[in-house]
Order: sequence, then C-alpha cells, then structure tokens
Amino acid sequence: MTSTAQRLAVIRGPVPPKRHNARTIAALTGNPGCTRRAVLDSAGVDKPKLAERIGYPARFGQSPFAITRGNAFEAQVKADGGTELLRLVAQRLGVPVPQRADWTDLGGADDLPDRQERSRRALTATGPDAALFDHPLLGLDIAGQRVHLEPDLVAARLGGRFHVVEIKSFPVIDGQADPAKVAAAAIQSAVYVLALRELLAAEGHDPELVSHDVVLVCPRDFANRPVASLLDVRKQLLVLRRQLDRMARLDVLLAAVPADFTADPDADPAALTAALRTVEARYAPECLAACELAYFCRAEARGHTAALGRPVREALGGVEEVSEVLALATGERAAPPERAEAATLLRAAARLRADALAGNPA
Amino acid sequence: MSTLRALAKAQAVAAGVAQPVATVRHLHLAERPLVLVPLALAGEANAPLAALVGTAPDAARLLIVPQPRNRDQRFRFAAELAAVVLPYLAEFHVATEAVPVDRGRDVRHRYVEAPQLLVPNPAGVTFLRLLGRSTRFRRPDGDHPVHPDVPLLGRWLTFFAERAEHPGSSALVAMTDALTLHWATGQSPVEDQHLPALLGWIDPPAGMTGPQAAARAEEPGRCPPAGPATDPDFDNQVLAPAIAAYARTEDDPAARATAYAELERVLRGQLAPTWELMWRGVGLLRALPPGARVAGRWDGDKDAFTSHTEHLDGGGGPQPRRDGAVAAAVRLHRLERALTSYAVQRAYDDPLVMAEHRLTGEAFVGEVTLADPKRVDDSGRRPVLRPRVQVVTTEPVLVPVGTTLFSPARPAQKAKVVFLTPTAEGKTEVVLELSGGMGRGLTAPPGTVPEVGERLCLTTLSDGFLPAGAFPAPEETPWTHGGPPTSTAERATDGDAAEDWS
Repeated sequence: MTSTAQRLAVIRGPVPPKRHNARTIAALTGNPGCTRRAVLDSAGVDKPKLAERIGYPARFGQSPFAITRGNAFEAQVKADGGTELLRLVAQRLGVPVPQRADWTDLGGADDLPDRQERSRRALTATGPDAALFDHPLLGLDIAGQRVHLEPDLVAARLGGRFHVVEIKSFPVIDGQADPAKVAAAAIQSAVYVLALRELLAAEGHDPELVSHDVVLVCPRDFANRPVASLLDVRKQLLVLRRQLDRMARLDVLLAAVPADFTADPDADPAALTAALRTVEARYAPECLAACELAYFCRAEARGHTAALGRPVREALGGVEEVSEVLALATGERAAPPERAEAATLLRAAARLRADALAGNPA
Repeated sequence: MSTLRALAKAQAVAAGVAQPVATVRHLHLAERPLVLVPLALAGEANAPLAALVGTAPDAARLLIVPQPRNRDQRFRFAAELAAVVLPYLAEFHVATEAVPVDRGRDVRHRYVEAPQLLVPNPAGVTFLRLLGRSTRFRRPDGDHPVHPDVPLLGRWLTFFAERAEHPGSSALVAMTDALTLHWATGQSPVEDQHLPALLGWIDPPAGMTGPQAAARAEEPGRCPPAGPATDPDFDNQVLAPAIAAYARTEDDPAARATAYAELERVLRGQLAPTWELMWRGVGLLRALPPGARVAGRWDGDKDAFTSHTEHLDGGGGPQPRRDGAVAAAVRLHRLERALTSYAVQRAYDDPLVMAEHRLTGEAFVGEVTLADPKRVDDSGRRPVLRPRVQVVTTEPVLVPVGTTLFSPARPAQKAKVVFLTPTAEGKTEVVLELSGGMGRGLTAPPGTVPEVGERLCLTTLSDGFLPAGAFPAPEETPWTHGGPPTSTAERATDGDAAEDWS
C-alpha cells in the first residue's frame, strides 16, 4: 500500500470505499477546482452519510415513477433481440442496416473478475461484422482505485467502429430535449468511451476504434417509440481526462491537507465539521445539483460573493466577501491597490443606486 | 449580471431581506389573471398529475389525474382544463376598440382587454408549452378521438407559450421571473427559481429574516416544491401508495370514490401552499406603480390575442411543430426587436434601471447650465431650428463628439454632441444640438427645450421606431435555406395517438 492509499484509508475510516459509477465520475468534472471534493471522492468517502452526520443531508431522491419508466423504456428498446435497436442505430450512423447481428449479453450474476474477463474477450475478439454487446463490464482507474462500469449497450463494428449506446428515458420532442439532461448523458457516455478505449489499448488495439460519437436513444415526442441521436463527446472526454489526471496526482492535493484529517462518518459530528473546514472547498450554486456535501459548503460560504453565483462575483469585481464589497462601496474601507478598479466601480454603483432609490428622476 | 444588480444582491445578504432593483412595475397585471399551478408525474414526458387553477385566491379549482400514465385520462385532464381556460378566454372576446393604422388613414379593431396566465416558474411555462404541443394536433374524430375542446386548448396554450418568449409580453408570466425583475435576493439565481425561497427573501414572515424563511422553504416536507416536478419523497411515501390504492379499486365504486378523495387530498396539500404564494406574489407586484410604457407593451399582447382569435375564427390550423425557414427568421427578428425595445423602455421608465446604463457609460445625468432655445441653423438650403444646450455632469462621459443622444424626458428629440470639455473640477461640459420634437416652426414651443437648471438624463438608448426587416414569402425561400417548403412538411400528423401507453 502506498502512502497516498494509506492516507486515503485514514480519511475514509474503517469502511470499504464507496464505489464510483459513471454518474459519480461524471459529477467529478462539475467543479474541478474543489480540493475538498477531490480528496473526499478519491478516498471513496460515503458523502451522503457524511452530510447527514454533520447536519446537512443531501437531497438527491429519485422518484419511483422515474425509475419505473426508465427501466420499462430500456426493456422495451432492447426487446426482440435488439433488431429494432440495431436498425435505429445503423440508420442514425448512416450505415446499411445489417441483415442480422450478434447479440451478446455480458450481464449476469457472475463474479466480477469473471464478467470482466468475458467482456474483455468478447469486445476484443474478431467476429461477424455487426455485433451488439449488452451490459459489458468495463474498468477505469479513478485515483488509483479500479472502478467497474456498465454501459447500457455497445454497438461494435457497426460501420467499422465501436459506438457506445446510451438509453435514456427523457423525451426528445420535435427534435429537442432538455439541455441539462442531454449534457448529463453526454458526460456519462464519455466515461464509457474512455473506459472502452483503455480496454482496447491494453489489448494492443487502436483506441480510436471507439467512436467519439455516442448514440443516444430516447423516447420520441410523447409516446414510447425510440429515436436515436448522435452526441459528439470529444469535449467531455477532454474535461474528463484532465480531472482524472488531476486526481491521479492526488499526493499534491493531499500535501495541503492536515495530516490528521478524517472524514470517517462514524467520527464525532463536531470534530468532522471542524476537520472538513480545514480542507478548502470552492462552493458555487451549481454544486447544489451535483455534490452531496453542497448544503454544508453553502452554509460555510454564507457571506461570500461566490455563494451568489459566479456572474455576481464577477460583476462585483471579484471581491470575495460581501462585507468587503459593501465597505468598498460606501468608501468605509480604503481600497488596496489591486482592488482600486473594483472599488471605483462599486462606489459609482452605490452612489447611482442610492441616487435612483432616493427618487431622483433619471 | 450588471454590477448594480450584483451590488443589490450583496446589500440583500447584509440586510437579510431582498432589495428593490426597480422603482416601478415593468409588467402588466390583469385585474383577473388566471393563476395556474401545474404538477407533472416524474419520469414521464409531460404527464399532467394535477393543477390548481382559478382567477381569485378563494376560487381555486383542483384538477387531478388519478392514473397519469393513462392516455385517456391525460386527455380528460386537458378537456377539464379547457373547461376552465376557454370560458376565461371567452370573457375577453367581447368589446373591441378601434386603433388607427397607416398614419391614421385606416383603423383596425382589437379587443379592449386580453387574458393573462400566471404560473409559478419557468418550468411551469415549459409544462404549458408541452401540454399545448401534445394536444394541439389531436382530433375529435378518427381513431383516438378527444373532446373537441382539447385541440383548441392546445392551440391557445401554444399561443401563450410563444408569447412568453416575447420580451416584454405579460400574456403568460412565470412568477419567479416577475419577482426577480423587481427584487434582488441574497441567494443565487439558481435558488431564486424556487418560488417559496424567493418569496421568503422578499417578504419573510413576521419574526423571521429572509435567509431563515428561505431555509425553511427548502425543506420539502414543510414546504412542497412549486412544481411541476414533485418531491421524490412525496412520490415514494404518499403519491405512489395513493395511486396504487386507487388502481386496486376498479370494481368497487364506493372504495374508488374514497381512494379518489384521498388522492385529491394529498395533491391539494402539495398545491395549496404554492397557490397561496402565487397570490402573495400578485399582491406584492400590484403594490408597485406600473411603468409608463407598460400599457403600450400590453397593447402588443392585446394585438396578439386579437390576431390569434381571428386566425382560429378563420379556420386556421394548429401552429406547426417547427417553423419553416422564413417563419423562423421573421420570428427571431421580431424577438430581437422586442428585446431591444424592452430593455430601452425599462430604462426610460425606471431611474433604477437607467442607473445600470449610467454605470456602464451608456447614459449620464447632468444639469443644464446654458440654453439657447432660439438658435437657428441657416447654413443649409432653408433655415432650421437647432437649439443648443450645455449640460454639466460629474459622471464620466464615454461617448465621442458627433454621437446622437436621447433623453427619456423628451423621447422624440435627438441631441447631437457638439463639444465635450473636461473642467478643472473633474466635471464634463457637454454641448448638445437639439432637433425634433419641437414642432415645425422656427420657434420652439415652451417646454420642448430643456431650461437652465433642469436635471437631464442623456443616453445612447433610443426608444425610436425600429423598422421591420424584409423577408421573402415562404414560397420564395431561397435554396440556401432549404427552398420552398413542400406542402406535406407542415402537415399535422396524428402519429403518436396510436401508440401503446406505458
């Protein structure tokens, strides 16, 4: 065990690390500048439990209706041995629809190592031209930890390349879907593309055999009929790689973390809160939708302009604390040289605001 | 975000309560708006679950869908909603007024009042847009007939959703947008989308600060979300069992009535707090005096309402799924013009909005120190009245000599910058030559030229007429834009009606 791994084990406490999945890996790219998050996620800390212990429970419930609908749609799309799905994917990729295709289900209740081996063999073997692989098991190293991933489907050797197929149950209405949901699907698919590329590269194949165009299958309009769209995930791949590299260089981040830092959810809440405060966070309102610890960080960031959102902070000249903004605006505090420009702007803004609110006509 | 607005947010954090960012109301509020609070079933593509709808705080009508995955029940909901919305719209199809057109050579008629729909948040607008989309192509005959009101409701909802994209329109308003237009809270814009938290900041209950009220509003158990998405815990623990209980009672009318009543009770419990908040929001907005140009923009909504009524009365078809190339270009052009004029009009109406432009150098305020109202320029072919005034301002003047400026006090007048002289005290003397807005003679009527001592705001923003662009007819769509549309391209298809449901 390396010293980094030992330190992460101390941070995590005497529990097995929480397993990542494509969604949590995708979430890592959300706020790459946050040390607190990078350290906790690398250590595999049970963040929902931690957040609850310190009195800021996360609110990431999923409705049973959404889960049912998602499962039903996936089952429907994959029915009939994937004939309809193959036609959809081939048509979207602009390749002739194959007469028949191999359908290999790599899922199942086997042991992980066995499943992984089966997936590796199936995906790297040479076979008929069109092949679909259901639930292959892929792996990716996240901060020195092997993470297992299960894409919905991989279409292989269709048009000579591998394509990740992602089945989502949000609708595409008149060719348009909820942009936030599409963005989330794109980054998750990028995780699979990355893992598949690593698998091929490890076997001596060209990683570029895996296309950066991911096929997204969604219900069309208000019915349940599937429609396929292409998503280019090149940008997401770049972002993802950068963040994973950063997490791989975790020792640099850990150097700034106090030696006795722990986030073991079983520790005393007051001690946990105090410990968390010693690791720097970079809260932004977007965290509320992506990180289980966001409510704690938000409470901590109260009184800071960052808590109001990046555009607000920028409009205030990048000044960090609300109290400083107001002191500069009223002229109570003399501006340090690096804040001179911001102070001039804030003073002018305060004067104009007071003028207009006093009822002076423009 | 402008620095002035950001500063108001910082002040709100310090004060513990939202701060005003407008001194007048920038939207029209109808006397009897139709408030609509919708809920949708999670995971589905716009499956209505329930709605509270009505035109007065004590007149809420509850509509529910006991099995939201059932397509027939979904369209029954649409028919029930139509039974509320269409009579409300019909109330405005009464009196018309004559409006002069073509420089007074002709008149056209428009309804004297127009309907207004209020929903809690932008997601509520999206809900109505999708409900409109899912109903406007349905037919009262054929394989999957629906009530004749359903497609009509779909066309009207689509009309309102399209108006909601039009900057400055008040036909369909999201309450969170309306409130954040007038108040800045001490939380982020993301959190401002949550109506209960937003109102907590603006109007906290007695004995509470804004942040305390907002924190309380974030607990879904205490304060249900303002929809259309429901709280997952509510779905899990309350709604799913209630729907299942209803489904089990198929052969027992008495038990079915009980199960239905229980569903009504739990859904009303989720909707009623938002309903109260909607009317509190209406009250807060009503307390603000309307801006001078709000009525003019509302006339635009009345025009749109009138012309859509005429379209429907003339047997016009439903709005297409997608605009053709020409229609899309025309629409975009219209929205851009509306956006520009809306921004200018708000600044003209409201010194606090104008202050944002003063901060960025697009406007300044100064005092008139010299005025020559009788100045005539006779260098041209015929003499013209060109008074000059000198304005002294302490604000930075970023415009160059030769720029044409306008003043909200005299919107029809142009003021050209002739000289700019910085003074020793850090002030700027601006000499302006005036034209327009002074009649046709060579003497300016009293009041048309600013007098010495007057405080004057001058800005580069112009509320003048923006000429409409010229676009080809749809049948002359150039080949670069796909060529003329084929007649089948915009045909309303009935495709998904035959689809199995869930």
